[in-house]
Amino acid sequence: MPAATRAPAPPLARTPQQARRRARRRTSPWPYLLIAPAVVAGVLLLLYPLIRAGVISVQHFRMGELIRGGATFVGLDNYRELLTGEEFWSVLLRTAVWTAVNVVLIVGLSTGVALMLLRLGRRMRVALMSALALAWATPIIAATTIFQWLFQSELGIVNWLLDIRGYSWFADGGAMFAVLVILVVWQSVPFAALTLYAGLTTIPVELFESARIDGGTSRQIFTKVVFPILRPMFALITSLEVIWVFKCFPQIWVLSQGGPDGATTTLPVYAFKIARVLHRYDLGSAVAVVTVVILAVALVANLRRMLRQES
Amino acid sequence: MRKALLNGAALVTLALTIFPVYWMVVTAFKPTRDIQSDTPSLLPVNPTLDHFATAMSAEGFWSYWRNSLMVTGAAVLLALVVSLLAAFAVARLRWRGRGVFVVAVFAAQMAPWEALLVPMFIIARDSDLLDSLAMLSGVYFMVTLPFTIVTLRGFLDAVPIEVEEAALVDGATRFTAFRRVIFPLLAPGLMATSLFGFITAWNEFSFVNVLIIKDQDKRTLPVWLSTFRDVYGTDWGATMAAATLFALPVLVVFLFLQRRVGAGMAAGAVKG
Repeated sequence: MPAATRAPAPPLARTPQQARRRARRRTSPWPYLLIAPAVVAGVLLLLYPLIRAGVISVQHFRMGELIRGGATFVGLDNYRELLTGEEFWSVLLRTAVWTAVNVVLIVGLSTGVALMLLRLGRRMRVALMSALALAWATPIIAATTIFQWLFQSELGIVNWLLDIRGYSWFADGGAMFAVLVILVVWQSVPFAALTLYAGLTTIPVELFESARIDGGTSRQIFTKVVFPILRPMFALITSLEVIWVFKCFPQIWVLSQGGPDGATTTLPVYAFKIARVLHRYDLGSAVAVVTVVILAVALVANLRRMLRQES
Repeated sequence: MRKALLNGAALVTLALTIFPVYWMVVTAFKPTRDIQSDTPSLLPVNPTLDHFATAMSAEGFWSYWRNSLMVTGAAVLLALVVSLLAAFAVARLRWRGRGVFVVAVFAAQMAPWEALLVPMFIIARDSDLLDSLAMLSGVYFMVTLPFTIVTLRGFLDAVPIEVEEAALVDGATRFTAFRRVIFPLLAPGLMATSLFGFITAWNEFSFVNVLIIKDQDKRTLPVWLSTFRDVYGTDWGATMAAATLFALPVLVVFLFLQRRVGAGMAAGAVKG
């Protein structure tokens, strides 16, 4: 998901409960007709692909089956191949490092920016917020293209600033990884910072003042006052960022295609590579299923939080 | 002293945040010899529109533009209509299975789309829907649908039921009450969700990359931009002009609407 589409969690309010209405409407077909289009769409375009991924992952499904059909059931062979291969584990480890580095940087930096916004004067604050909105709105592929230009070896401005003209960031695994981290962090901080700032503004000023009168240092105020109040919001942002960074695909695919030498191949890139490049649709689907299972852990935590608010 | 330090830090943050976008625009307006000079100048000293002309005369530019608009428009409109119906059922009616439906919508909102590239490709291939803009619109519609339902439902909840009942008492039909009374109150919600849908569909890259394979004419702008350099190689001026043209609609829409819906979205984020 592009940074700009990271929609904040929408407002949830309780439906007015009216026993009278409930009794009257229980048997009406209208609710079901109204949700029918949404349900049909969800079944066809979300549930079915999910199930299909599961089915292909237990089949022998390669180039031949793609063209002629007639895939055969092979049980857990694909999973066995995947889990006993070395590559999968190194990809998984890389994905974990990728997620951890990005999320720590995003949450840390956006907390700093949000606290900064709170203390700035009006003009400076509006300027910084507008800049953040601009970065937030920049489309992923546009930003990715810009970063190719910024880090270009001969003419890129980064190499000029660092006085290392001619150095290729895209040829070295570690450097490529770093460029991708910078790109994703740059794209993700605005949403997180603006959301945290919106949360900070809901804390009454008196709380800060009384904490300061009581002799609290800035650090104490943050850990004892701000953090406990904003804890649910930190949890929300961290879990959203974990999901987004973990499944991030277009930036990596466009900048490095998982290279050089697999140095930036994370799980989604790996699934795509073995499916579309090696035509191992079966193995690619197995990776997809594993990705869904791993994400499900983060998703369930999120879902529980949403449902707590719902009830 | 502290104040100066704070403002200094803010200026650095501001510069880092805005520089990539600034550099895109500046490069797009610089003549090629300035772009290739040994010392890059931070301002477009001799501004030119040549690169925009190159980008716009690139093969297929207008058809990619049209494809992007069509796919985005179809996805947004479809999502609005379908989710308005569902949101109404959730917010205003009581029925068995409502809770299950709400949970399903929440879960769908977090669907791991990136993991579904492979099965989606196979399904499209089996159903003869590869290289089809309709399939692409369908996917984008589904990606934005859950968020649209949840948001519109939130806005519907905020419209007091008494307002609607008053209209019913005055003799309006349920449909008229909806159209004349609720719909206008929903306007900010419709705007916020359209904005979200527009940005999602306009920016989407992974699925076009997978679903539009042979028929290059069916590609959308993100794919065009990502392959631009295959054709134009080291013409960074034209590449940045292309990126600017692609980003412009989103930036304009975002900055225009952000002020209006921003408050609502921020409030939602706080509650979430």
